[in-house]
Amino acid sequence: MTVDEPAVTPRQRRPLRLAEVFLLLLALAGGIGGYAMVGTSIRGELPDSFWGSSALLAATALVAHIVLRLRAPWSDQVILPAVVLLNGIGLSMIWRLEISGSPGMAPADAVGNMTASLLGASVAFTLLWLLRDHRWLRRYTYIFMLVGLLLVSLPLIPGLGQQINGARIWITIGGFSLQPAEFAKIALAVFFAGYLVVNRDTLALAGPKVLGLHLPRLRDLGPIMLVWGVSLVILVFQRDLGTSLLFFGLFVAMLYQATARSSWILLGMTLFALGAFSAAQLFPHVGARIDVWLHPLDAEQYDREVGGSFQLVQGMFSMANGGLFGTGWGEGRPFQIPYAYSDFIYAALGEELGLTGLAAVLLSYLLIVQRGFKAALTVRDGFGKLLAAGLAFVMALQIFVVVGGITRIIPLTGLTLPFMAQGGSSLLANWIVIALLLRISDSARRPSDLPVRGQVGAAEREPVLVGGTSADDGTPVAGTPSAGGTPPPPPDGGTPAAGNRLPRRSLTERESSGTTGASGSSDPTEYIDPSTPEAPRGGDRP
Amino acid sequence: MNKTARRLASIVMVMFLALLVSTTWIQFFAAESLNNDPRNARTLYEQFGTDRGPIVVGGEAVADSVPVDDEWNYQREYAQGRLYAPLTGYYSLVSGTSGIERAENDFLAGSADALWADRLQNLLTGSDPQGSAVELTVNPAAQQAAWDALGDQRGAVVALEPSTGRILAMVSKPTFDPNELATHDTKQANDAYLALSNSDDKPLNNRATSEIYPPGSTFKLVTAAAALESGDYTAESVVDAPETYTPPGTNSAIRNYGGTSCSPSGEQTLADALRISCNTAFAQLGVSLGDEALQEQAEAFGFNESFAVPFGTAASVFPDPPIDPAFVATSAIGQWDVRATPLQIAMVSAGIANDGEVMEPHSVARVRDQNLDVVSETRPSGLGRAVSADTAQQLTEMMIGVVEGGSGTGAQISGVTVAGKTGTAQHGTGSEPPHVWFTGFAPADDPQVAVAVMVEDGGSIGTSEATGGRVAAPIARAVMEAVLNE
Repeated sequence: MTVDEPAVTPRQRRPLRLAEVFLLLLALAGGIGGYAMVGTSIRGELPDSFWGSSALLAATALVAHIVLRLRAPWSDQVILPAVVLLNGIGLSMIWRLEISGSPGMAPADAVGNMTASLLGASVAFTLLWLLRDHRWLRRYTYIFMLVGLLLVSLPLIPGLGQQINGARIWITIGGFSLQPAEFAKIALAVFFAGYLVVNRDTLALAGPKVLGLHLPRLRDLGPIMLVWGVSLVILVFQRDLGTSLLFFGLFVAMLYQATARSSWILLGMTLFALGAFSAAQLFPHVGARIDVWLHPLDAEQYDREVGGSFQLVQGMFSMANGGLFGTGWGEGRPFQIPYAYSDFIYAALGEELGLTGLAAVLLSYLLIVQRGFKAALTVRDGFGKLLAAGLAFVMALQIFVVVGGITRIIPLTGLTLPFMAQGGSSLLANWIVIALLLRISDSARRPSDLPVRGQVGAAEREPVLVGGTSADDGTPVAGTPSAGGTPPPPPDGGTPAAGNRLPRRSLTERESSGTTGASGSSDPTEYIDPSTPEAPRGGDRP
Repeated sequence: MNKTARRLASIVMVMFLALLVSTTWIQFFAAESLNNDPRNARTLYEQFGTDRGPIVVGGEAVADSVPVDDEWNYQREYAQGRLYAPLTGYYSLVSGTSGIERAENDFLAGSADALWADRLQNLLTGSDPQGSAVELTVNPAAQQAAWDALGDQRGAVVALEPSTGRILAMVSKPTFDPNELATHDTKQANDAYLALSNSDDKPLNNRATSEIYPPGSTFKLVTAAAALESGDYTAESVVDAPETYTPPGTNSAIRNYGGTSCSPSGEQTLADALRISCNTAFAQLGVSLGDEALQEQAEAFGFNESFAVPFGTAASVFPDPPIDPAFVATSAIGQWDVRATPLQIAMVSAGIANDGEVMEPHSVARVRDQNLDVVSETRPSGLGRAVSADTAQQLTEMMIGVVEGGSGTGAQISGVTVAGKTGTAQHGTGSEPPHVWFTGFAPADDPQVAVAVMVEDGGSIGTSEATGGRVAAPIARAVMEAVLNE
């Protein structure tokens, strides 16, 4: 996770983003190649709309690239190609299932999903174009809370909500089905980030100690508990364990990131495990899921008409048939898995692309997620750090819950794989997540107004970021020699190489040092700049 | 917050590592056992997804795979499903396979060892694998004649070519339409299968080869053969033919059909006894020949053995000695525990027709691969000599007597000498109408076809009035005529 290049090098030239161009070409080759192979394998010829669809996909990637060049030129160059690759492969698989002729695959709709992908990308890059600074979102922290709660509760409204496969997580508006929880996770991530960045210190330090456990004051925790409690209560009524797990994980992860209180994590996980256990005892359908998870191959589970392990086992058969290298596009029988185009697209890909293909898919996801974390580490404002890490984590968690459910790490839930599974809400929401991550990564790498030590004019610009308080969250900057003062010039006269190291380290770490100057959450030695031996230790302010 | 963000990133790494491990587990370590799981339909899908070879009768496909636009790509279709069902069997997603479809699956599916060159060719040219065509020995005219003549009666007809053992006709009724089972609509196929397998008529059973029945008087051919082979008798030997015969060790007397006496004098020639199917004469003859001789002769014709024609047949039964003399007497007239398939009875006639040598019955003439090259051909092979040529000649003469002036006149064909033997077998408690039989061959001097007809429960007559001569002989005649008129 270390960043080798200096983050605040005042580069004058905008990056050409050639790496992104090259990776995009590879990604398009992967997706379009899959599309072509499906056609030639199943129908013996290229798909009818091959050139048109491919051109559309390439054009979308090109437009996205141009938008990034113009509006977020310093943003991460790997995220977009990885998303384009995953989206392209997912579309190829959906189309492959659609033309299989299997009655169960009738709902597979590659054109519809392509439209949703294009719409998602359009919305995402329009957002990227309009949203010049992610910190703008912070102004509406509590609005996002309300929006998140509203979205989560929408499916419970009679007439609007729809129960599909036992879970009430859908709404229908004008003929369109939406999964509001997908959007709620973004709204709640924004709310958690905005709320925690202000209150993390009071949360972490101002509470009483009970049994050696540091508890926050209730009034500090109130709004968060409200959101968490309400969303969980609603989700119990909506009967969707996956979404519930997703929100809970998002909440715990962001709380931990903000406060560094790992004891709370343990407490939270214990509470969730208890809740899950009692749910398994109380609700027969949850208990049945656990049985299916533990003993899917038992005849009793396999033959059960409703809620049995048929789908899970068909997915396992499918993946086993794929083996190490897969059957090849269009050569397997993934359409035998119920919902292969949505919930089980991972298993379907496993059959035709093999273990190697799935490893590539997982690594592409991992790239996106870790690039999100990298943006969180390098961005300068606390809100951005929390938001980027929260969004990256929630995406990783979603992938874990879906793939873990299919490969039997955890019980199966009703979530979908981002960018691959069929479903407009998921595509749209995850494209928006990508837009936000790209925006934050741009601001993380953009040469800022931050004065580099020893540069002329540093003093005038100081209040913006370096001086005593940072512009965005009011956190005094520890690790700088003295707030409001001009840093002493380094002995070597402030060459960029030497001078850059101090601000970068101090900036990336200053968020965790806290208002009170307590250095409990970070190691003070990190603030010592080897090039400036006379620099005092961090946390010297009252 | 960077330290905690790094920790979260590490947690994510661990999560993804877990996913890689679990995926590897399924796709690599557990793959073999999952692939071999009987519930994994992929093997079946692979079979059903190939262009399976046709089953051919007289140049026409009676079973063929037709390209369809569904997930299976090919639909198995049976042109005259019911007519050929006992031979073709079915090829079903739900209920598996039977008949030729099962027995010749390796060739039909194209996976037989002999087809390695074809598979190599397909691999090199990139063309889809294609199954081989299985050509049957069946004579379509004889098959149709047997089907028509049997009508709505429950029973079976088998016709053989005596010199080769080729099966010329095989009909079993009631039967089924294999198309109903081959449909890809699994619910429909399942319903059809349940209805067929639960039916009291047992339409899925091939009555010609897999059901065994008391052969009744047709077994007298075997008893007569044993007598002639013993050297103590000829066709003209005079044997006792009393009105009733009480075997040693029992009080229950054996009577003749209708309680009549076989001859006023109480004795007659062996030929006459066969001609009018005299029970008391053959029962007594059997006792004097003994259980060992009868079993030996029965086994020489193929009893107590099952055959692959190429699907397996039930073994006909002659019980092991020692047998109580009372039961030796009833066994000698094809009752008690003696059981035979219609195929076995046809083999008895065919053996006599073929100068005493029984040929191995078979229904597959040859197999042609996708290039129409013959990859497999069935050569006629003998099971062994059942009786000497001289015995066979005498038996033939005796059987001609049956058709010309005995119990089997219903099988007469104008201008052709027909040899035959009727049978009317009691079964169950004895109160049900008997199973009626006829077996024979024609022309007697140059046998082209041997046939066995069995009609359950007296057929359309359906009372104790039914006899092999009245019910079964005309069916046999129709089949023999169809072969001879070719």
